[in-house]
This record gives sequence, structure tokens and C-alpha cells, in this order.
Amino acid sequence: MRSSSEEGAAQDTGSEHVAEFIDVSKRFGDILAADRLNLGIRRGEFLSFLGPSGCGKTTALRMLAGFEPPSEGTVRIDATDMSAVPSHRRPVNMVFQHYALFPHMTVAQNVGYGLRQRRPRLPKSEIGAQVDKALATVRLSDFGTRRVWELSGGQQQRVALARAIINEPTILLLDEPMAALDAKLRAEMQRELLDLQRSLGITFVLVTHDQEEALSMSDRICIMGRGRIVQVGTPQDLYDRPCNRYVADFVGKANILSGEVVAREAGQARVVLGCGAEVLVPEGNPDGRRHVDVVIRPECLSLSATHQDEDAAIRARVTHRTFLGDHTEYLLQAEGTGLLQVNLPRQAERTSGGHGVGDDVHILWAAGTGLVLAADD
Amino acid sequence: MAITQARARALLLTPAGLWYAALLLFPLAVVLIFSFGERNPIGGYAPGFTLEQYANLPARFAAFRNTLTLAPLGTVAALLIAYPLAYYLAIKVSVRWKTTLLILVIVPFWTSILIRSYAWIYLLGGNGIPALLEAFGLGELRLINTPFAVLVGIVYGYLPLMVFPIYVALEKLDKSLLEAASDLGAPPWRSFLQITLPMSMPGVMTGSMLVFILLTGEFLIPAILGGGKVFFVGNALVDLFLQSRNWAFGSAVAVALIVIMLIVVALYTRAVRRFGVRRDDVGLM
Repeated sequence: MRSSSEEGAAQDTGSEHVAEFIDVSKRFGDILAADRLNLGIRRGEFLSFLGPSGCGKTTALRMLAGFEPPSEGTVRIDATDMSAVPSHRRPVNMVFQHYALFPHMTVAQNVGYGLRQRRPRLPKSEIGAQVDKALATVRLSDFGTRRVWELSGGQQQRVALARAIINEPTILLLDEPMAALDAKLRAEMQRELLDLQRSLGITFVLVTHDQEEALSMSDRICIMGRGRIVQVGTPQDLYDRPCNRYVADFVGKANILSGEVVAREAGQARVVLGCGAEVLVPEGNPDGRRHVDVVIRPECLSLSATHQDEDAAIRARVTHRTFLGDHTEYLLQAEGTGLLQVNLPRQAERTSGGHGVGDDVHILWAAGTGLVLAADD
Repeated sequence: MAITQARARALLLTPAGLWYAALLLFPLAVVLIFSFGERNPIGGYAPGFTLEQYANLPARFAAFRNTLTLAPLGTVAALLIAYPLAYYLAIKVSVRWKTTLLILVIVPFWTSILIRSYAWIYLLGGNGIPALLEAFGLGELRLINTPFAVLVGIVYGYLPLMVFPIYVALEKLDKSLLEAASDLGAPPWRSFLQITLPMSMPGVMTGSMLVFILLTGEFLIPAILGGGKVFFVGNALVDLFLQSRNWAFGSAVAVALIVIMLIVVALYTRAVRRFGVRRDDVGLM
């Protein structure tokens, strides 16, 4: 039960936050699984926790669900402190990684489980009607009497989804729900999830290590590493303006080069790269460092057999060329840098004729593209 | 030469088949035939065909009554003690202590049941627990040679056989099912009743069958802790075959016991099937 003062506080902090992590830490013995998390989850958004295994994303989700009490800090849902609220009384529902369907119940019994826990009890007819509706939502109308282990992985996944959404949770939690599905089924499930989220208007919180999944589905992504939140933003933000090397590397393909700043002007830095080329790169937060990392996405670079004056150029040799239909991936070895990747759209290749493995070429870097990365912490 | 399916099956089943034929089916047939015969005047068996031995069964009513009350009672008592223990071992205890505690459950098996039952004579006898109770002014109490003593003995002796099947069933239980139940709004006690208990029913069933069947044939513990006053059908059989040498009547008693046991087991299995889960459900997840 929330008190009136908390009600007031909710309005102060802005009620667009359906859930909040306030200085939340979680220790497992000596391991700091979550390190002072501060995050507001907006009502109705699709938020993903993205990071490699062990980065704390699952811990964050489990603290939201109530399976792990935070060691420090406060988790709030609907502006209510959840510290003393056990998982079975929280207004959230979870789709588990391996679905965790009850094997001794039919599909319909699984889906209706949450409704059968309500007290005072709901009438059987009402539960039956809602189960039918939920099964129809996930396109499993004729499967109610089946045993769950008779279903395919994709069908089990949809049962798990129906079992969660039937309770109309404030937040739907998804713990790597697509990890066990094959690529084709995964793409289909991702579309279905998005449709579902739009039609239900429920806040979705997804945990995933798959950056493509996070980029394609989320309104916002929360990138985690070593128990900390590294950057929160829209997929476009994270791709175009990664805050540091970790994010640049994790989200999308990235060329990361180190170099030395020789001049700064109007939010841009003139950087001399290891290979000797001088490039003009935007800088988000100029901090006066001389040695910096610079990121540039493969599609921002282009290739030319001859050097053109207006762009900075890096001399390099093509080592791999992968034709992918709409674009071609080139891997190039340049002196003083590692391997660089350049993606050329098919249309550009058609006009220039493309380049073969072993060709010496110039990698062209247009002034004002790329980004100077902030230091890792 | 390729081994065909049928040949492979025959090869695999022959040793056990011969064993059971020689040591189970043949003796059972002998007992069945003897049960329709007569007692040889000098003891042993005399051929014949009469239902006299079966008509005479009520003479051993007390043995059947004791067996058929104390064996189910012992099974239920063992179950009630074993389940919480198995639950604790499988779900609550930390991994660090689990192995140690499991070994502790088995340790009593390292000593003969005979010796362990003798130990209970002293514990339950005049100088044991009753003396202690008396010293604290809690009244006089006779324990040894009572049905209670036999019950204590059998529960003590067979507890590990109940603990392990239940432990295995609970250990196999996917803990995320309990989280799912809690996530869907079930408080802990309800998720126990709705998830844990049904999912562990195969273990409960195996343990109960094992203990019940062995208890029905028990004779050592009643002989030691019952002091000739609380005897089982097993004790009656020992008496009939070895002391009074009435093999025909002994065989009839044995057949009756087997029939009763089969009926009880069949009823129990049906009851559990109804309440519990299908084996497929538990096995395939």
C-alpha cells in the first residue's frame, strides 16, 4: 500500500517513470553484480538491457522482478518502494529464458495460472474466457488442451508470453526470450513482440546480449558492463554517439583508432592517427586529452584508387572482400593501424568498379565524420 | 554375423530372465502348490489338494493385523519425516554442505540393521529413555516390546530409502518453475502445493512403495523390538517354516500376504496417479 506522501513524491519526480533504480547495488559474495544503478524506465517504452554475459543485466531484471533483493539502494515500481514487496505481489510478469512452463499442466492451465492465484478468486468462466483470449493473441487458440512439452520451442515461447500478459502487468520482463530460437523464428518472434507491445501499451523490459535484437526492437537501450550502466539512449544515439570505446565496440561494427589531438576548434578535433593521416573529427565532450580514441563506422568511409584532396586518406591494402548483396564489406590493412572495415553500398561499387583483394587503395575519411570517444572508466 | 534386434534383445535379457525364473518364479510356484497341500505328520509338506490351509488363515489374524497397520503407519511416518529432510537437502541447503549431509543420511547403512536394532533395545528399554523421563518426573512409560517400539525401529531403519527418491525428484525440479509461480502471484506455500509437491510425486511414490513393500516382509525389527509380543507376518512365516514345520500352512500365509500386498500397491498407484503428475511430464522437462 502506498502512502499519500509517496503519492506526492511520485508526482514530483515525474510519473512518466514506471520504474526506477535508485543507487541500486547487488553483491553476490565478493562479486559486485550491479554497481550503483540509476535508471528510470519510462511508461510504455521498450527498454533493453544490453551487454555481454556477466555484465549485470540479468541481475537488474531479477531485482525488478523481486527474485533478488538489492544489497543497497531502492527499486521503485509505480513510485512505490519495492524493498518489502515479494515477487508474488509485484505488478510485473516475466518471460523466462527457458520459458519455465509448468510441465504438469496443460497449455491452458499454464496460461491461466496467474489468474487462478488472484484472491478473491475469479469465477472459472471468467478465467476460461481470458485464457482463450490470451491464447488467441499469441495464435495458439487450438492448443489449450495440449501438454506444454508437446509444443515446439516457438510455441512454448508464445505460451510463456500468453501466461505473462494475461495478468496485464505494469511491466513485462523478458529474459533473453529469443536465445533458444533459430534465426528465422527469432526474427518472426521479434516482430510479434513489437506488435504485441504496441497493441497492449505495456512497458517491455528486455534483457539480451544480441545487439541487433536490441537495436531493432528498443525505444531505448541501456548498455551495461561490469555491473555498471555505461550508456542509456536510443539505438541511433548509441550508434552515432557512443560515449566510449566499450559502447562503440559493442553496438554495431566500429573502426576504433587511436591518435593524437593537434588542434581543437568549434567542437571538432584535428587528430593525427597512428598511420600519419590527419582527420577532422567531432568531439562530444572536449576534455583536453592529447591521446584519444576515434571511432568511425564502416559505412562512413569510402575507398578510392586515387587520392582526392578534399578528404583525409589512409593508404591501405585490401585483405578480404565479402559481397553481401546490397553492400560489400572490405577488410583493409593500413600501416600503423589494425584491420579496418569499410562497407561500400552496391551502388557506389557499380560506378567505381570495386576493388579486389591485394589492391592498394586510399581509405577516404570525410572531414567531420567519426567521433572522438570519451575515456573508458 | 550381424546381430539382429531380436537376438540382441535375447542376449540382453537372458541372464536376468534365468535368474528370475530360477529364484523367483519357480519358488513362487512351489509356494503356491504347497499352499494347497497338507502338513506332513513329521513336519514339512505332504502332497494334496485342500483349501484347509486358507480356511485356517484367521488363526494368524494378529500377525496380519500388525503388519497391515504398522507397515502403512511406518510408511506414512517415514514419509512425513523424510519429505522435509529431502526438501531441505535438495532446495534449501548450500552446495557446500549438501554432500556432507547426504553422506550422513547414508552412514547408518554402514552398520548392520541387526546391530542398530539392538541399540534401540537399550534406548527404549528400562534404562534408556523411560528412565530419563522418570528422572524428570514425567511418569512411567513402557516403550520396549510395544507397537510403538517396532514403529520407531522400522521408521529409523527405512528412512534413507524414503529420503533418496524424494531428494532426487526435488533435486531435478527446475527452480525457475518456482520463480515463475511466484512471478505469477503464488505465495510460497501455494507454489509448494501447486508446483513442488506434484512435481515430486514420482519420488514420493517410489519411496513409499519401496518402504511399504519392504516393511510388509519385515521380521527382524519386530523380533528384536517387539519381544515376541508385536509380530509381523514375516515372524509368523519364520515360525511356521522353521519351528512348527507346517510348510503347507506357511505357504498359504505367504500367498495371502503377497495377494494383499499386490492389491494395496495397485490401489496406491492408482490413487497417486490421480493426484500427482504423469511421469512423462516430469521426465521430459
